[in-house]
Amino acid sequence: MTTRDSDTYYSGNASPSAAKHRIHWFHYASPQTFYPLAGRLIPWFAALAVLLGAAGMYVGFLVAPTDAQQGDAYRIIFLHVPAAWMSMFLYVVMAFWAGVGLVFNTRLSAMLATAIAPTGAMFTFLALWTGSLWGKPTWGTWWVWDARLTSELILLFLYFGFMALQAAIDDPRRADRAGAVLALVGVINVPIIYFSVIWWNTLHQGASISMKSAPTMAMTMLLGMLLMALCFWMYSIATILARVRCILLERERHTDWCMTELRGTP
Amino acid sequence: MKPRHKRFALIGAGLATLAVAAGLVLAAFQKNLVFFFTPTQIANKEAPQGRSFRIGGLVEGGSVKRQQDGVTVRFIVTDTAKSVPVEFRGSLPDLFREGRGVVAQGKLGADGTFRADEVLAKHDEKYMPPEAKAAVDQAQKAAKTVIQ
Repeated sequence: MTTRDSDTYYSGNASPSAAKHRIHWFHYASPQTFYPLAGRLIPWFAALAVLLGAAGMYVGFLVAPTDAQQGDAYRIIFLHVPAAWMSMFLYVVMAFWAGVGLVFNTRLSAMLATAIAPTGAMFTFLALWTGSLWGKPTWGTWWVWDARLTSELILLFLYFGFMALQAAIDDPRRADRAGAVLALVGVINVPIIYFSVIWWNTLHQGASISMKSAPTMAMTMLLGMLLMALCFWMYSIATILARVRCILLERERHTDWCMTELRGTP
Repeated sequence: MKPRHKRFALIGAGLATLAVAAGLVLAAFQKNLVFFFTPTQIANKEAPQGRSFRIGGLVEGGSVKRQQDGVTVRFIVTDTAKSVPVEFRGSLPDLFREGRGVVAQGKLGADGTFRADEVLAKHDEKYMPPEAKAAVDQAQKAAKTVIQ
C-alpha cells in the first residue's frame, strides 16, 4: 500500500496537473506528516492550557471584584461564557472541516471533524450545566425554555447526533460523508444561538462582549474571562490533536508508516 | 468543472437553501418564540387570553407590597409605557428588586391583575464592582438633576 500522496482517498485519481499545483500546506494534510507534527505540538498546547487556566482562575476568583448586583454568584461566568463560546466555535470548526472533507475528499479533514465533536459536546454540556447552576441563585430557576437555552440544548443534540451517526456506520468514508452533511445542516443553529437574545425576548441576558460596543464589565472581570477562554482554546487544540492522532492510527493501521510508528523506531 | 468544484457548489447551494428555509420558519414562528409579553403588548391585547403566559418588564420602584398573610406579594411590572399589577404567592428570587427586570408566569385576571405562579428575576449583562455601581448611580442622579 502506498504511503505517499496520501491526502486524498483516491490518491491514484489525482491528475498530474493537480499534483504540480499542489499548495505547500497540503503537505501537512498528509497523515504521515501530520501525525508526528501533532505529537510535537500537544505538550505545548497542554502546558499553555494549564498556565492560562491557573492565571484565569486566579484572576477570576481572587482578583476580580464581586458584582454589585449578583454578589459572588456571577463568578461562574469565568467558566460559563468561555465554555459557551467554545461550544459554538468548535461546532463551526467541525462543520468547516467536515465540509472540506466532503468537497476535497481529504481524509485528515474528516478525521479532524470526528475528533472535534466530543470536545465540542463537552463544552456544550459544561455551558448548560454551569448556566443551570448560575440560573438557580440569580433567576430563581434551573431551566427555562427560552430561545437561548433551547437552542444551546439543540446544539448538544447536534453534537450527539453527529457522533452517533458516525459511530453507527461501519465504513469510515461513508460515516464521514453522512456526518459531514449533518454537521453542515446543523451549522444553521449557531447564529440562532448567538442572536437569540437579540431576536426574541429571553430570560437570558444579552452579550456583555460584542464587536459593536465596549464590554459592559469591569476590566479585571473581562481579563479573567478572556484568560479562561484562551485556556479552553489551548485545551481544545491539545485534546483534539491527541484524539485525531488516535483516529489516524486506527484508520491507517495498515499503511507502512503506521506500522513503523506502532512498532517503534525500526 | 471538476468534481470537487461541483461538490462545493452543491454544498453552498444546499446551505443557502437551508438558511432561507430556517429564516422563513423562524419568521413564521416569531410569535410563538416569544418568551414573555411586555405590559404594552398586554394592553394591546396581544397576549393570549384565558391561558397561562409570561409577562416581562421592570419592577416599578416603590410598588412591592407584602400582604397581611405574609406570603402574598403585590407589585407592578412596567415597561415605562404601560404597567400591569402582579400578585404572587411564594418566595421571590434573590435578585428580585425594585427597578430591576422580572419575568412572571401566570394568568391575567378579569380585573386586570396578573396572577403569577412563578416569578423569575432577569438580570442585565452589566457586571461591575459595588463601588463602580455607586459611582454610576450617582452620575445618573446628577444628570437627572441637571436635566430637571
